[in-house]
Amino acid sequence: MNEIVIKVIIILGILILMLSIAAGLIWLERRLLALWQDRYGPNRVGPFGLLQVAADTIKLILKEDWIPSFVDKPVFVAAPAIVMAAVLMTFAVIPFSPQFFISDMNVGILFFLAMSSLGAYSIVLAGWSSNNKYSLLGALRGSAQMITYEVFMGLSLMGVVILNNTLSLQGIVEAQAKMWNVVPQIVGFVVFLIAGIAETHRLPFDIPEAESELIAGYHSEYSGMKFGMFFVGEYLGITLISALIVTLYFGGWLGFEFLPPFIWFLLKMFVFIDFFILLRASLPRPRYDQLMEYGWKFLLPLVLLNLLITGAIILAS
Amino acid sequence: MLSNIISIWEAFKHMFRKRDTIQYPEEKPYLPPRWRGRIVLTRDPDGGERCVACYLCAVACPVDCISLQATEDGNNRRYPEFFRINFSRCIFCGFCEDACPTYAIQLIPDFEMSEYDRQNLVYEKEDLLISGEGKYHGYNFYRVAGVKITGKEKGESENEEKPVDLKDLIP
Repeated sequence: MNEIVIKVIIILGILILMLSIAAGLIWLERRLLALWQDRYGPNRVGPFGLLQVAADTIKLILKEDWIPSFVDKPVFVAAPAIVMAAVLMTFAVIPFSPQFFISDMNVGILFFLAMSSLGAYSIVLAGWSSNNKYSLLGALRGSAQMITYEVFMGLSLMGVVILNNTLSLQGIVEAQAKMWNVVPQIVGFVVFLIAGIAETHRLPFDIPEAESELIAGYHSEYSGMKFGMFFVGEYLGITLISALIVTLYFGGWLGFEFLPPFIWFLLKMFVFIDFFILLRASLPRPRYDQLMEYGWKFLLPLVLLNLLITGAIILAS
Repeated sequence: MLSNIISIWEAFKHMFRKRDTIQYPEEKPYLPPRWRGRIVLTRDPDGGERCVACYLCAVACPVDCISLQATEDGNNRRYPEFFRINFSRCIFCGFCEDACPTYAIQLIPDFEMSEYDRQNLVYEKEDLLISGEGKYHGYNFYRVAGVKITGKEKGESENEEKPVDLKDLIP
């Protein structure tokens, strides 16, 4: 009984923490983008413009939630919920600290891959149900991109799995006590980072929603809080990928004594979130065929080679 | 690939640059004296209105935001009976200033003229007239122009010759 109560508190805690981080990222992204573009960004509402988050949320909630007459209504409504649910479910396996986690599944990595594949459904369904050619084009691009990059996202993770001999994320963190995985798995880390950007379709890989070509891609027809759900889903995706990079390659909650493990985790995570935003500030969007070519002809052979060498070394030693 | 990393680094370095933003209400931007902002009507050095109601500004205005009515005072001097500028239409192009033969209408570096009511953007003559001479000092149209007014005959202006007597044989 007592255990269940603690579990529920932890679940609620992680849910609220993740949602508030995702909302806070709206402010963080605008401030950081401004920083890298020689501007200030939102600095009027509250201290350092922090209340901008509240203002944006209130605006989104109060906006008219318009469902166009030509859409497939049930699917149209369900699509934004799927992306949120899929990403939030994945946080169940992330170990934030030795005690603060929801579930230490022994197939943690597989669970993450399965959930991120489910996220692709949200894009396809949103684009399909919108009954709009630009939405459909965005959805097609999005699904092709996600499926492509999932292939070697999974393969790049296999290097870590071979090295640490476990699929559980808590186990992987504990196995990094001597040395972070990023040292032996530097190639796997780079590939996972690139695949992670493509998976969350963030700039420079935001081809499914390329404004200059497709209006807003699969969420062209969405408005109000449904659009907000896609938005929050994207920020949750960034948080998730950053959390996974930290867990798999940078020792998760491991750190020096003077700060608690949870703080170490958050610190490392925010470094990668900032890096994601820096990428948005600096890199242009590649063409769609360039993205696919880059994935299949360069990253896939690279990650296979990485896997081969890692396996050979493990066998030899 | 390397060029991408270089551009990421270049973007990162912008973090330490000076900000380009001017924090407007607290920090005012520098506006040069010829900046085209609010329109004013100026006075000559003697304190009289410079405007002679020639309608050239109203004709030059591309959006027809100036309207006025000419009249004459007791000294044969023309002046506008009313002078009205609709600033909700004005595009601050400065054509009126270019067209004005007497330096009466001038654009000044001021743009803070927002109103809650659109009607309040229609400026009448008493709103437009200022007590000074604006950008051009010491200029008085009636002192240099060969126009006859009370107290000044033809040929009595500055740098003006006496009119030629057409009925006289002597050149």
